[in-house]
Amino acid sequence: MSFRTLSLGLAVATMLGGTALPAFAQDSIYVPLFTYRTGPFAGSGTPIADGMHDYLRMLNERDGGIGGVKLALEECETGYDTKKGVECYESVKGKSPVVVNPWSTGITLPLIPRASVDKIPILSMAYGLSASARGDIFPWVFNPPATYWDGLSMIIKYIGEKEGGLDKLKGKKIGFLHLDASFGKEPIPLLQELSKELGFEVALYPVAAQDMQNQSSQWLSARRDRPDYMIMWGWGSMNGAAVKEAVRSGYPMDKFYSVWWPGEDDAKSGGAGAKGFKMLNWHAVGTNFPAIQDIQKHVVDKGFSKAPKDKVGELLYNRGVYNSLLIAEGIATAQKLTGKKAVTGEDVRRGMENIKLDPARLKELGLEGFTDQLVLSCADHNGHRAAFMQEWDGTKWVKISNPIEPMTDRVKGQLDAAAKDYAEKNAGWPKRTEACDKAS
Amino acid sequence: MDMLYKVFIEPFAFMGEAPDLLIQTLWEGLVSGVLYALIALGFVLIFKASGVFNFAQGIMVVFSALILVGLYEKGVPAFLALILAALAMLVLAIVVERVVLRPLVNQPDIILFMATFGLTYFLIGFGELIFGGSPREMITEQLFLPQGTTEIDAFGGSIRLQHLDIAAAVIASIMIGLLAVFFSKTRIGRALRAVADSHKAALSVGISLNQIWVIVWFAAGIVALVAGIMWGARSGVSFSLQIIALKALPVLILGGFTSIPGAIIGGLIIGVGEKIGEFYWGPLVGGGVETWLAYVIALLFLLYRPQGLFGEKIIERI
Repeated sequence: MSFRTLSLGLAVATMLGGTALPAFAQDSIYVPLFTYRTGPFAGSGTPIADGMHDYLRMLNERDGGIGGVKLALEECETGYDTKKGVECYESVKGKSPVVVNPWSTGITLPLIPRASVDKIPILSMAYGLSASARGDIFPWVFNPPATYWDGLSMIIKYIGEKEGGLDKLKGKKIGFLHLDASFGKEPIPLLQELSKELGFEVALYPVAAQDMQNQSSQWLSARRDRPDYMIMWGWGSMNGAAVKEAVRSGYPMDKFYSVWWPGEDDAKSGGAGAKGFKMLNWHAVGTNFPAIQDIQKHVVDKGFSKAPKDKVGELLYNRGVYNSLLIAEGIATAQKLTGKKAVTGEDVRRGMENIKLDPARLKELGLEGFTDQLVLSCADHNGHRAAFMQEWDGTKWVKISNPIEPMTDRVKGQLDAAAKDYAEKNAGWPKRTEACDKAS
Repeated sequence: MDMLYKVFIEPFAFMGEAPDLLIQTLWEGLVSGVLYALIALGFVLIFKASGVFNFAQGIMVVFSALILVGLYEKGVPAFLALILAALAMLVLAIVVERVVLRPLVNQPDIILFMATFGLTYFLIGFGELIFGGSPREMITEQLFLPQGTTEIDAFGGSIRLQHLDIAAAVIASIMIGLLAVFFSKTRIGRALRAVADSHKAALSVGISLNQIWVIVWFAAGIVALVAGIMWGARSGVSFSLQIIALKALPVLILGGFTSIPGAIIGGLIIGVGEKIGEFYWGPLVGGGVETWLAYVIALLFLLYRPQGLFGEKIIERI
């Protein structure tokens, strides 16, 4: 072996050694965070990643972790790419993660069958497969506080109420502008069922990922079809571009609704014309909560956060905080249930099934009034909680409705059928063997 | 029969029924086409001078726009930021020539193409490192780009013309005109054409290849900056803009890789074609035809005219 080959070998070995994945101590709880701070979806992904990280880091800094056990946090960049997301999952699963947050419906779908095999619970907060709300069929998947189908039914219900009743939707036309991907297509089956049932017409406007910032065709088509209402299921730079195009094409903004994903920057991109744009939400914006002020004190002010100071408390940042609140609550509940401090994925699955975020608990956590209560159970992994409608007033979001309950009567049958269908189509789908805790 | 009616009769009948929408669609197509042409021009410039298909042209659009917006956000006045962004493209041109092109001179074209591939991913990573991944708003007002809409009542309907779109079409046309004059009337332009015809012959008459490459990459950088400003003003500045830039590929196939008029005509055909296709025939297949229609149009042209509308016919002696 020549000296050159030997040197090269040593250099490669050193590099591999140097980049070896960090080992996590037995007395810590490993929480990987799948995030995307790069690529076309970074506009939505970055504030959420910051909120998720900062809340958990705050628990480490302020309380020394959860139940006295530090959280070992590690981000894995997925770029909102399903392939990279699955690679992230493969890279973290050997390190005993207690929960995985895919932050993409596309990534969630291939992970669902793996969860029960690898004993790693999946938390797809208000995204992913709507049918996975059924805990008896999907014991390892959690998607609180509402499914996409719940969200769609809330928007239809709200529009119906504006019109004077759901029966008044007969003969109306509803446009559905959506990202042409698993996420954007998820509520279409329910939309089509509701259109048959309530007698409204649906016009679909798919937006390919590569054309997210080139939507003039979709809005031209909307001008042709003249939908009475437009509902958007968008993500990343699609949301801001859609608001801009809606303003450009002169679509009445008070008839333009979105599921819960646009942020302040998306609405701002439409300028003054974006006033009146509406979206669903289920938690507060702002920093006026002791827990978020603790994030500022223990994380942001100490330079542990990647978030600019003025972004703390914005809508998508607080969405990330909510996501981590669920993770932390799942871990804390698991510790209580098992009496163990360093809990495992199996323990946290049980913990998630026993989450009870009532007003008293929210107050205890420093998040009084931040969100509505959430109770999960062995059978219900979602909660199907109400959301409220908020409107962009030109500078900020303003809450304009009381809580809107999902149309459970119309959604539940569809959801049950979809869950059953999923289990039948995936041959050998395991029957639930995990015991339910008493409390659940 | 019903399908034949929907494909061959209904769209044309609808064009007649609602001419305002036809004009609106044509206008949107023209604006998109002009912007595609602007991006395609960047590709043509570099291909003409060096025979390199510069895959990095798309990210150069994003990168230049991000520099402009990023500098403005740091407190630099808008027009100074514009000048600094242009200078940054000059620095990029010099670095590319020194680090990428010069060491790879005389290598096969595919090697140079792969080098621009590498440059693309470097610029994406570098851009995200400096500016972060979040979308930004273009400083439209600060650059005195017009805002607002003119609505013209016509044919029982209305046609909405965005002032920004009109400005985009005018600015892009001026840009194209200036480049055409630059390459046909100036000494550097003639030198560039000489390099495009034959590197060896150009060298033999004392033309510096390195200098020409810097000039041409800088010109492509300026074109990218203008394209970035106009696209950014329409839909925001984000890394997904570089994907739109790939729409320039069918434009190039159509117009020819070496022709400036080809890039313009190709851009307009693709822009108008995809909008008309999506608007009138898209609903037949559930929409979304725009994504692939441009490539189908380009492919059809390719079958009959492989060198593109204005490209030079390749004749090789055997």
